[in-house]
Amino acid sequence: MTTASSETMAGRATADRGTPLVQMRDIKVAFGGVQAVDYANIDLYPGEVMGLVGGNGAGKSTLMKALSGAHPPDSGEIRVDGEPATIHNPRDAKRYRIETIYQTLALTENQDAPTNMFLGRELKTRLGNLDDGAMEAAAREVIARLNPSFTNFKSPVKALSGGQRQMVAIARAVHFNARILIMDEPTAALGPAETAQVRDLIRKLEHEGIGIFLISHDIHDVFDLSHRIAVMYHGRIVDIVNRADATADDVLGMIITGKRPGEVTEEERASLH
Amino acid sequence: MNDAAADQTRRAPREPETPASGGTPGGALDKGRALFRSTEIDARLFGLVVALGVSWVAFDIASGIWGQGGKSVFGGSFLTPRNLWNLSVQTASIAVMATGMVLVIVSRNIDLSVGSLLGFLAMVMGITQKEILPGIIGFESELTWIIALGVGIAVGAAIGAGQGFIIAYLGVPAFIVTLGGLLVWRGGAFALAEGRTIAPLDSTFSKIGGGTEGSLGRLSVDLGLGSETLGWVLGIGIVLILIGVVVHKRRRRRSFGFVTRPLWAELLVVIVGSALVLGAVRVLNAYPWPIRVAARYAEARGIPVPEDGLILATGVAYPVLIIIGVTAFMTFLVRRREFGRYVFAIGGNPEAAELSGVNVRWTVMMTFTLMGVLVAISAAITSGRLDAAVNSLGILSELYVIAAAVIGGTSLAGGIGTIPGAVLGALFMQTLQSGMVLIGFDTATQNIVIGAVLVAAVGIDGAYRRRAAK
Repeated sequence: MTTASSETMAGRATADRGTPLVQMRDIKVAFGGVQAVDYANIDLYPGEVMGLVGGNGAGKSTLMKALSGAHPPDSGEIRVDGEPATIHNPRDAKRYRIETIYQTLALTENQDAPTNMFLGRELKTRLGNLDDGAMEAAAREVIARLNPSFTNFKSPVKALSGGQRQMVAIARAVHFNARILIMDEPTAALGPAETAQVRDLIRKLEHEGIGIFLISHDIHDVFDLSHRIAVMYHGRIVDIVNRADATADDVLGMIITGKRPGEVTEEERASLH
Repeated sequence: MNDAAADQTRRAPREPETPASGGTPGGALDKGRALFRSTEIDARLFGLVVALGVSWVAFDIASGIWGQGGKSVFGGSFLTPRNLWNLSVQTASIAVMATGMVLVIVSRNIDLSVGSLLGFLAMVMGITQKEILPGIIGFESELTWIIALGVGIAVGAAIGAGQGFIIAYLGVPAFIVTLGGLLVWRGGAFALAEGRTIAPLDSTFSKIGGGTEGSLGRLSVDLGLGSETLGWVLGIGIVLILIGVVVHKRRRRRSFGFVTRPLWAELLVVIVGSALVLGAVRVLNAYPWPIRVAARYAEARGIPVPEDGLILATGVAYPVLIIIGVTAFMTFLVRRREFGRYVFAIGGNPEAAELSGVNVRWTVMMTFTLMGVLVAISAAITSGRLDAAVNSLGILSELYVIAAAVIGGTSLAGGIGTIPGAVLGALFMQTLQSGMVLIGFDTATQNIVIGAVLVAAVGIDGAYRRRAAK
């Protein structure tokens, strides 16, 4: 696919929505000889949930790591609010209020929930000492909104359930007023009730005007929550479709064949069924 | 999610005993545990203190039976002011380094070079004060000790930073870098002085190592006070700080509307803590100056000597002041500063720390730098105590330091450890050694016992942790 065609694709259907929150242009990431992300273009608007789908190794997580600073791209441009953004590491990304909730739950298991929420951005007293009281108070406030029944503020995160850990990660993003939230498989480790909680939360955040990238294997999750869906295949973005215009079959087809519905041959279509 | 039930068993993560279940007749036991939990005392530290107390009594009894015997309560020579004073000084060097080793191990590294580095830095300080400074400011200048110590600390920090840089930024495993350091600095200590022994050291510098001269008793007398005065001032000062900290913490938690410890628990902590501090001062003050030293001092100052000899208190030795200072500083660093928090975050999950914006490499390098500074302080204590810089100083220290940290509850897997625990661990190691000397064990037997105790301690601790994790 050429760069030009993906340009138009990224802009399609959203031409009249003002400045995108994020614009990623011609992002390229290579691991050794493998093109993990191959000139990808994608935009995200305020209050929009962009689903990112694709098979294993399609490049979804790698593309998002370019935005979160965890693995800066080899080339390409990232704009936030239309301005070029320099993101070399996670600290840079946080300055643009880009927060990430990782698939692997990036929490330090030996420390408690407030410590994890504020890790890297601790509240301090005038003398520069850690203000644990203030951090615990802030954590209690945010977490009370997300999960009122949570009380284990002193236990190491190791002692919490999967859903509680996910909530700590989300509380971190909420507390720091994320504008751009990257959620990498946010419900993969959760039970049904906890998944429902996370879904509610995503809807809540979207109403607050936060832009969300949602990476998920679960096509139903993506169809329920996203406004647009980007399909990746071998590092390329195959297409970005409006949820309303696409069917789950179309999207599945693109995930498997790496081609848009019109481009699939009869033979390939037959092999899908 | 069953938060209420989960909270029941998880409320006190550091007191991992779960309530006895399945209708065992443990009602009273449960109550006792609940009471203990409400004091928020670290169960592992408490266990270590109990083990220390038991071993002190056991060694005292054993030394009464098999050793030379003595005049203590249990008829031995362990629980005597003289032995406990010596124990306090002997513990200092290892304890100071162990506090730094906690941070190194917590961040999933190890430092095998501390023993050799101690020898090297002792030599650096010895040469500075005996061979370089005399040409500039003369012998026995008032400034000699502080310049020599400053040079030692600066060199220690630089070497620590260098090793830390190789580990953190060049990615060579800490085990290898510091194993190399173990050889390099021992060789360096020998090369620096061409194998000579530098002795005696500056008389002020050697006070860093303690002795009758390097204790609060002597300082009190020099200042024209009673020999016990400064010891008590120190003890009461610590008690006041303890009360201040407890009150401040309580107020702060109140101001946020959090649950506070019950009042009786706070009082208990203050009372027991104060009793331990003041008891220690009393014991150290009860160790008198050697009769001849006291007589000479009295003669020099024209002090009349009473019939039964002049009794002056030796008091708290300077190395003990150093441990108190270092422990307080390191505990503050761990609990109240960003640096300490990041060290534990890295130990818990390095990737998560990095993704949260922690500068992992810098933090790791700084733990080794800090270790270098602490080794320099230990080198001053050790060489000051011996009044000589010898290139064999600190041989095998690294193993005692690591053992002290581990016995004190530091997990070699990283992420877990406490500073006071490491100091108690050092005291425990020294207790074993000193106790066995009093009983009359030879060095070979001592090593066998210490090695076995180390393995047993870590084994028991591991089993305890696994049970607690359930």
